[in-house]
Formats: sequence, C-alpha cells, structure tokens
Amino acid sequence: MTSPAILPERGMGDRISAAFWRRPRLLLILLLTPPVLWLGIVYLGSLAALLLQSFYSIDEFSGVVKQEFTLKTYAELFRAQNLDIILRTLLMAILVTLTSAVIAFPIAYFAARFAKGRWKAVFYLGVMLPLWSSYLVKVYAWKLILAREGILTWIADHVGGGPLLARALDEQWFGGSSLSTSPLGTFIVFVYIWMPYMILPMQAALERVPVSMLEASSDLGASRAQTFRTVVFPLALPGIIAGSIFTFSLTLGDYIIPQIIGNSARFIGLAVYQFQGTAGNVPLAAAFAMVPILIMLVYLWIAKRMGAFDAL
Amino acid sequence: MAGVNLENIVKRFGAVEVIRGLNLNIPDGSFTALLGASGCGKSTLLRMIAGLEETTDGTIRIGETDVTHELPAKRGVAMVFQSYALYPHLTVEQNICFSLSLAGVSKAEQKTHAARVSKLLQLDQLLDRRPAQLSGGQRQRVAIGRALVRDPKVFLFDEPLSNLDALLRVQMRLELAKLHQELGTTMVYVTHDQVEAMTLADQIVVLEKGVIQQVGSPLTLYNAPINRYVAGFIGSPAMNFLAGDASLGGTPLSIQLQGGGTVQAKVNAQPTQPNVEVGIRPEHVRIVAPGAGHLPGTVSVIEQLGNTSYVYLDTPAGPMIVEADPTQSHPAGSQVGLDLDMAHLHVFDQSGRSLSVTV
Ligand SMILES: Nc1ncnc2c1ncn2[C@@H]1O[C@H](COP(=O)(O)OP(=O)(O)OP(=O)(O)O)[C@@H](O)[C@H]1O
Ligand SMILES: [Mg+2]
Repeated sequence: MTSPAILPERGMGDRISAAFWRRPRLLLILLLTPPVLWLGIVYLGSLAALLLQSFYSIDEFSGVVKQEFTLKTYAELFRAQNLDIILRTLLMAILVTLTSAVIAFPIAYFAARFAKGRWKAVFYLGVMLPLWSSYLVKVYAWKLILAREGILTWIADHVGGGPLLARALDEQWFGGSSLSTSPLGTFIVFVYIWMPYMILPMQAALERVPVSMLEASSDLGASRAQTFRTVVFPLALPGIIAGSIFTFSLTLGDYIIPQIIGNSARFIGLAVYQFQGTAGNVPLAAAFAMVPILIMLVYLWIAKRMGAFDAL
Repeated sequence: MAGVNLENIVKRFGAVEVIRGLNLNIPDGSFTALLGASGCGKSTLLRMIAGLEETTDGTIRIGETDVTHELPAKRGVAMVFQSYALYPHLTVEQNICFSLSLAGVSKAEQKTHAARVSKLLQLDQLLDRRPAQLSGGQRQRVAIGRALVRDPKVFLFDEPLSNLDALLRVQMRLELAKLHQELGTTMVYVTHDQVEAMTLADQIVVLEKGVIQQVGSPLTLYNAPINRYVAGFIGSPAMNFLAGDASLGGTPLSIQLQGGGTVQAKVNAQPTQPNVEVGIRPEHVRIVAPGAGHLPGTVSVIEQLGNTSYVYLDTPAGPMIVEADPTQSHPAGSQVGLDLDMAHLHVFDQSGRSLSVTV
C-alpha cells in the first residue's frame, strides 16, 4: 500500500492558493495594489497638490486664493523676512546635521565593531529608548534642563563653567537670557532629538564593512588613520548620508522645538504652520514647504556626484 | 625574497589553545601548502604570519628578521583573502594600486605598476570597472594583483579558490602555479582541498588540531605517510584501512586480515600489540575471482569515470574502495576476491603511528 503523492484538494484555501500558483501575476497585483494606491494617491498625490498650491497666489485684499498659475508666491520667499527664515532654518539644519554626524560616528563605530551580545542590546536600547517616549515630553524636559535654574546651569556653575556659559549666552547671534530661550538651546535640543536617526543608519552601514577589508588595508600598509580615511569612511558614507537626510530634513520641517525652546525666531516649519493656519495663506505655506524638498534634492544630487553611493 | 621560520609558536584565544608549540621552516622560494580539516588552525597560522593575529608565544622570522610583534604592513608579506576583500568603492586599477597610493607613489608610477600587473593577470581590459562588475575569477585575480604589486617577500593565500566553481578553480590553480614559476617568490597557501595542495605545492604541511602531523613533498606524503591521519587525509579516494592481527616479532611482519588471508608487510618497527591496521590505496588492490586473493568482498556500488572506475566493496575487514579496469563490469551484490599488492602496504599500530616508514 502506497500513500498518494498528490494530496486531494482540501477546501477553499487550497483552491485559492492553487489559483495563485498558476497565475503568479494575480497574486503580485493583489499584494501590490494597496501599497501602490497608498503611495500613489495619498502620498505622492498630496505632494502634487502641495506643488500645485504653491503656484497659486493669495489676493492681498480679500485674502482669497486665486487659482491661477503664477510665480508670485515663490518670489515672496525672497522677501527679506522670508529669506531670513529660510537661511536661519538652513543654517540650523546644517549645524545640527554636522554635529549629529560627529557625535554619532564614534557611537555607531563602537556598536558596529566592538559591541557583542549583551552590549549590542544595551546599545540598541540606549539609542531607541528615547524614541519610545513622547516627543513633547522630551522637549519640555529639555526646557527644564536648559532653564536658567536648570540642571545644566547648575552643573556649569559647579564645575567652573559658569562664566563660559555666560559668555556663550552673551553672544549675539546664538545667545539669549538663558539656554532655554537661546538659539543655542534650540540647537542642543535638535541634536538630541534627531540623534537616533543618525546613529542607526550609520551603524548599519559600518556593520556591513567586512573585517577582512580592514585587515586587507592594514596588510597593504595603511596606518589606522589611512584605513579610516580610505576604507571605513567611504564605505560608511551611504549610511552617513542616509542619517543626514533624516536629521537635515527633520530639522528643516520641525515647528515645535523652535516654538518651545529658543528666542521665538521663526523656522520654515513654523512659517508653514502659521501661514496655512492663522494667516490663511496656503500658497505661501506650500511654497515654503517646497523649500526643504528642493534643498534635499540638491543635497542628494551633490552627494551622488561626489560618489557617496558608489559603494552601494 | 625570503623564507619563513616559525619557532615554538603558540596561539591561544582565551583559554583555547588553537596552535600548540608549532615549529616549521618554509624555505625561500617554496610553495608551501597548509592542509588540514576545517577548524584545525590553518587560517590562524597564516594570519599570525601576516600579523593580523597576535602571536601568544614563540618567534616568527621572515628572512633573518624577527617579525613576531611587527605590524602587518612592516612584514613584507601580502595576503590574498578568501573573500577577496576588494574595495567596492574603488575601480580595479585603484584596488590594485591601493598600497602604492597609501605609500604616496606618484600617479604616473602607479599607472605603470598597474599596467604591468594587469598584463600578467589578464586584467588590462578591466581596469576601469568596479569589483561588483567582475566575475568571481576576475575578482580573485584583482586580489592577487593587489598583493603582487607590492613585490612582497612572501605571499599568503587563505583558501583563495574556494569561492570559485570547479572549472574555474582548476584554471586558477594552473595560473597560480605559473605565477609561482615566474616570480619564484615564497608562497604559503592554506587549503582544505588536498588536490590543490598536491598539485600546487612543493611542500605540504598537514595540520590537525593545531599540531603538525607531517611536513613533506606531495609524493612523500602520498607514499610514506607517517601516521594514519595523514594516510587517510592525503589521496582521493582515500586509503583503505583493514583490521588485522599481526604475529609479533617477524620481519616481514605477517598479518592475518580479519576474515581473510595473511599478508606480509615490510616494516621498520614492530608493533607492541597484535591488533594493527593495514592501509592500502585503491590503486594497489586488484579484483580477482571469488575465493582467490587475500580477502573476499561484496560489490556495493560502482562509480564509472570513463578512464577508470571505483568499486566500493564490503569485506569482513571493513569497507574498501578499489580502482578497477573500467571495461570490466562488477554488478552490485556480486562476490569477488581482492588481491593486495604487498609492496604497497602501510601498517599502523593502535596509536595510529605508521610502522612502515622510518621517521
Ligand atoms: N577570534 C577567535 N576567538 C576564538 N576562537 C577562535 C577565533 N578564531 C578562530 N578560533 C578557533 O580557532 C580554531 C581554528 O580556526 P581557524 O580559522 O584557524 O580554522 P581553519 O583551519 O582555517 O578552518 P577552515 O578550514 O574552516 O577555515 C577554530 O576552532 C576556531 O573556532
Ligand atoms: Mg580558514
């Protein structure tokens, strides 16, 4: 007695899976439709709507949106007070990104190269834990930390850094009455909040660099510094770029941190928020919103031209 | 150019001793293969010579210089990695010239070197490509080129062909042999493939569990293995081992095979115990009529290779493989007799030591 090699069909499930097996395209289409619809309509569609809005303008007297194509709204971006917002945001995003990269690299490098087993878990927890708590809670916590009576000032006073802090706060273009009301404070909180987004892609990129490549380079006569410059850094560059896309674009778009911490100077995110809300100037808000997108495109184009993605 | 001398070297990872007081001389200009089963410490040994692994104890000399605690770059060796370790962000030419550009050699000079090396390795058409655009064999050649351009005193290869398919492996094997003839540089070559070791090397080192079992030319290892491990490791298909009872004291030693006749084996030492093992290679056994020869056997499988055939048999003294005339058919299950060529017997005592060779 032999058992049959072909089992009988058992009900609906078998018939459906058989149909999919015979027509694999059907399954593919079924699987892909929802995400493609989502990406196409909800995601790209809203982006297109935004782009469209930015080419409309607002009637200065009635405050009604005129639905005619014009570049007037974009021209408005170049008015002194608007250009100021853009440049301030851009400068902040650049500084936050550079600082994050410098701080994140050693952490990511350690995690990728040396942390094993339990230490790896500690690393992931340490980096991700802040992401699990509410963004607002963290920002308000920082407001307390940075306040004039806050712990940072207290520590600075106790280790003799008080005068230094006071000097920094006296500085005209990033100082203020206390850390929590100065651009310096805004910068610190930005760096803190976006740090995980820099560390994780960097760590992933560094982890993919095989040990043998580092060994080969020392075998071929490279000093540690040379290995870093010619092997580790170029191979980690895609990860650094990925991380910087996060920190850069998140800073460009954020509108909460500058409201809570800092000297109430406006940033792009805040401008978008205010123009589409209280001011009711949706076209200008849209034009402002296009700025980070354009900046990112230029940034990626430059990165590609410089060969940042050659190792991919 | 230089030889390599290892003196009492020891490698411990924590409490685990991977290399145990090993002594080895690799003569200048030789092609030495480190051969052994997986995990026996071949790579570790090679990496210690390269300086990629700290030496726990002992002395490593390259030429006359003690390099035991020298940096890899200062040793004058060049390593070719199993995974090639080519840099994906650099072109073939930049990969080959990597060491030169680190040393600050001028671009023009780099180009000349790259041209020379790529010509030797037939890479001249590929200099502008990146590693991702190369086949396995081409990558392998780039990895060799990168080592070659440094003009090292010693080349170190860690299983360089193991990622290639069978055909390419044979081809690269030939190219490596040619390269060694042309350059005459000392090469140390790690492999677990005994065919590679036999065909390429002029000296083979058989390692087991961090201890050298035997060092010698391929033919010495094949014809005069000093213990059962080497005898079983070298040769494909492997040597047959048959259980037997020796009558102590006689020369030649007379051994009663289990379930078969008696053979006379020339030995250089006497066993202390009567139970011994007789080793014989597949090509030294003849299939004869049932009842004749030294052992009865039952055919289980036959492998036809065209030029020869391997017959797998069961005998009372253990399973055997016999190389047979491919024109003769031996159906599975048939009874045959086996005649051993007594000039080619190896006798091993209980500890595995060969009694047939002088050490
Ligand atoms: N970094 C390490 N820490 C602890 N043990 C190690 C380390 N590297 C190697 N070993 C151990 O040393 C032994 C020898 O390893 P090695 O890599 O030299 O083997 P091998 O002969 O090259 O094997 P294979 O043919 O599989 O490459 C192994 O048992 C391995 O587990
Ligand atoms: Mg190995």
